[in-house]
Amino acid sequence: MDLQIALLLGQDGITNGAIYALLSLALVLVFAVTRVIFIPQGEFVAFGALTLASFQAGKTPGTLWLLIGAGVVVALIDLTLAVRAGTARKIPRIIGWNLLYPAAAAAAVFLLKPNEFPLLLQIVLALALVVPLGPMIYRLAFQPVAEASVLVLLIVSVAVHLALVGLGLLFFGAEGSRTPAFSEASFDLGQVRVTGQTLWVMGASLLLIVVLALFFERTIYGKALRATAMNRTGARLMGISTVMAGKLSFLLAALIGAFSGILIAPITTVYYDTGFLIGLKGFVGAIVGGLASYPIAAAGAVLVGVLEAFSSFWASAFKEVIVFTLIIPVLVWRSLTTRHVEEDE
Amino acid sequence: MAARLLFGGFLCLVLLAPQVASEFHVTLLNYIGLYAIVALGLVLLTGVGGLTSFGQAAFVGLGAYTTAYLSTAENLPPWLAIFGGSPWMGLLAGLLLTAAVAFVLGLLTLRLSGHYLPLGTIAWGISLYFLFGNLEFLGGHTGMSGIPALSLFGVELRDGRIYYYAIWAVLLGAVWLTRNLLDSREGRAIRALKGGVVMAEAMGVDTARSKVVIFLVAALFASISGWLYAHLQRFVNPTPFGLAIGIEYLFMAVVGGAAHVWGALIGAGLITILKQWLQDWLPKLLGASGNFEVIFFGVMMIFVLQRARDGLWPILTRLMPAPRTQRAVPQGAALPKKAVPPAGQVLLEAKNVVKRFGGLVANNNMNLTVKAGEVMALIGPNGAGKSTMFNCISGVDSATEGEVLFCGQAVTGLNSRQIARLGMSRTFQHVRLLPTMTVLENVAIGGHLRGSKGVLPAMLHLERAEELRLLAEAARQVERVGLKDSMFELAGSLALGQQRTLEIARALCADPCLLLLDEPAAGLRYMEKQALADLLRKLRGEGMGILLVEHDMDFVMGLADRVVVMEFGEKIAEGLPDQVQRDPAVLEAYLGGVD
Repeated sequence: MDLQIALLLGQDGITNGAIYALLSLALVLVFAVTRVIFIPQGEFVAFGALTLASFQAGKTPGTLWLLIGAGVVVALIDLTLAVRAGTARKIPRIIGWNLLYPAAAAAAVFLLKPNEFPLLLQIVLALALVVPLGPMIYRLAFQPVAEASVLVLLIVSVAVHLALVGLGLLFFGAEGSRTPAFSEASFDLGQVRVTGQTLWVMGASLLLIVVLALFFERTIYGKALRATAMNRTGARLMGISTVMAGKLSFLLAALIGAFSGILIAPITTVYYDTGFLIGLKGFVGAIVGGLASYPIAAAGAVLVGVLEAFSSFWASAFKEVIVFTLIIPVLVWRSLTTRHVEEDE
Repeated sequence: MAARLLFGGFLCLVLLAPQVASEFHVTLLNYIGLYAIVALGLVLLTGVGGLTSFGQAAFVGLGAYTTAYLSTAENLPPWLAIFGGSPWMGLLAGLLLTAAVAFVLGLLTLRLSGHYLPLGTIAWGISLYFLFGNLEFLGGHTGMSGIPALSLFGVELRDGRIYYYAIWAVLLGAVWLTRNLLDSREGRAIRALKGGVVMAEAMGVDTARSKVVIFLVAALFASISGWLYAHLQRFVNPTPFGLAIGIEYLFMAVVGGAAHVWGALIGAGLITILKQWLQDWLPKLLGASGNFEVIFFGVMMIFVLQRARDGLWPILTRLMPAPRTQRAVPQGAALPKKAVPPAGQVLLEAKNVVKRFGGLVANNNMNLTVKAGEVMALIGPNGAGKSTMFNCISGVDSATEGEVLFCGQAVTGLNSRQIARLGMSRTFQHVRLLPTMTVLENVAIGGHLRGSKGVLPAMLHLERAEELRLLAEAARQVERVGLKDSMFELAGSLALGQQRTLEIARALCADPCLLLLDEPAAGLRYMEKQALADLLRKLRGEGMGILLVEHDMDFVMGLADRVVVMEFGEKIAEGLPDQVQRDPAVLEAYLGGVD
């Protein structure tokens, strides 16, 4: 290995690492607020990328049907509950978000021609289809068991992951897709060629991280999420709805996931089940941060990306083995450094 | 009686099934049996022990690949040659390898708390899967074929109908072993893992060891299933050992009822049949091919966890005749007792104990002694630091500074298990018992250190003599504290006062020389308090040292030989009950200052 290859691998690693970092932030956020270990994060990555690819291929993305279907189920459940509880003022909101919004999205997809849109508009439309699935899934799968133990939530999480992977196969088929790069430009930095897409990925990741930081520091909703993460009961007593906090954190996680998928789709071919491994690598990063610290999680995720790039050079067949074996010493180190009384799930 | 008939019927069905069922259904039953063996391990691990693993499929793979490699490789390296050639040696090698791998993984990942463990199992589940697919000598992703059939007493088990008996014999054997294990001293320790770790440690149970035990048993069950699978299929490739199947195994256990051995069978049967059916119908329905059954399983799992978290087995048992409950009080010879220290000998001495939680000083320079044959009461207003002091003495927590001597030995820094072994036993202010176990079983956990038989004898029920003596001892303590009438009731169904009394029986079952009681009289009625005071007087008469935290002043003053009063983490008075009651500092602490 010479310096040039090392730099190339490093660039690769940091690019992927930036994506893993974004995902690890979302995972930390979801866990802190809802105690859910968000295994389906990877499916949002795949859904984001493949929805965009469907638009570009002039097809109707299956995620639209999922949005409509999930919207109808949520609306049915919530309307029944609202009628039973006699809270009629909630009804317009329920219908608006769960029935009218998906209908509007469907109208946009069918009446306009998304394959003729500029890339930016296609991306916005793809996000508009995928991101609302986050809170809907929270409503359907997690809200009824919100007070259960972390382990029960984890099993639910795995179940949601399975269902979404199966739906992904149904919607997008077994073939992978790649989307065109955001920019064809490339620059020579010394011996290394840096592609425009790489810069896009890093720039967009950094921007998103800064925006998230501002959201948590400066806005009332960001502060509400932080309060819920620190103390659920306390936040509740202060009038912060844990349901709202849960939905909001899932919304953000879905946004981050789908956006990551859109960023990574020009670099690597995305299949319906690609997201799982990408998400798990974000996890390794999140676990380095102990599912609690955002900056350490991001740093860990970048480390995972670099490790992956170099192990694909030295022992490409064992790339995944190396990355996922890394998690075990990390877990052991974590459990040695965090003391806690083990009791009563 | 009816339950026995039902079980007999079930056995007949198992025996006759391959004679009447079609080829297809026999194959299905074979797979149900194979999966149920793995799911049974998960019942022990997840349902009973509270540890979740998504990686069991990797252990199945270890068993399958080991025998596949050993029975097909042409030129085994010399050190492996003794394992070559025979499926039975392949089984032995597979079990040894699985045990070694599981032991290392267990040591590394079982110390992980709560949710880190399942994440760890996902990680090594994926790692092992990719390893199977990338190792040249294991045939890579194409796999290995030409695995010989099993032969037993010269008969080759090639026919699925005959192989069926091998699989189901192993399954029923595994169920028998698991049930035996759970109904034993080791089994009570395992059942305490879920929500009773602090209590079990205080009763001398090595919970870390119990975790490794169930992890190993579950891995070995999986490995045997893999061995059976390899010689049934006579071909292996990595696909059935991936994470997706690992998740499916967990689903089987959860759907069937993760806390019940038969739940494994129900879950494996249901999921396998559903999967078969869905794989036939869904592609036709959806017009595309693929593993669409996962959508259904995912949604079903969410539904089960939202609506029936305990799985199907408890729902089924409600329809079945009630099982015969044990009503006979166990009789057995008395267990050996430790020598009682002479009355007046100092048992416990706490010197300048300081406990800080961050900036908060919960105990400051606390000194106290307890002698054999006396009742020492520790009193003080709420929040005075009495329970913290208790935890520092009993090793549930460790003191920041200072020293605790027990029977002349420094116990500062020892954990509660080691201290329990020295002869100290305690109750908890907030009762810690296992609500789904009977009163008798709960009390028997206290006697954990008085038995010695390990896991293997327990699985084979070779420890029945010792077990009977343990249960008889537990029964004596239950009678002694006056809970004889509720001996076979579930501990969770008792009133709070009775639960506190149960904790005393459990502590006594350990044969302690020093008893630590944290508010034993709270929640008791007047007559019950009288009975408790009589019991404590009797224990004192027998030479036991008793350290008591209590709020009921009549109870304390009528019973205690000496009293220590705490306020704001410090000792403000010590002496005979009468002296303390007249002490101005005490009066001020309890009644406010007199200006």
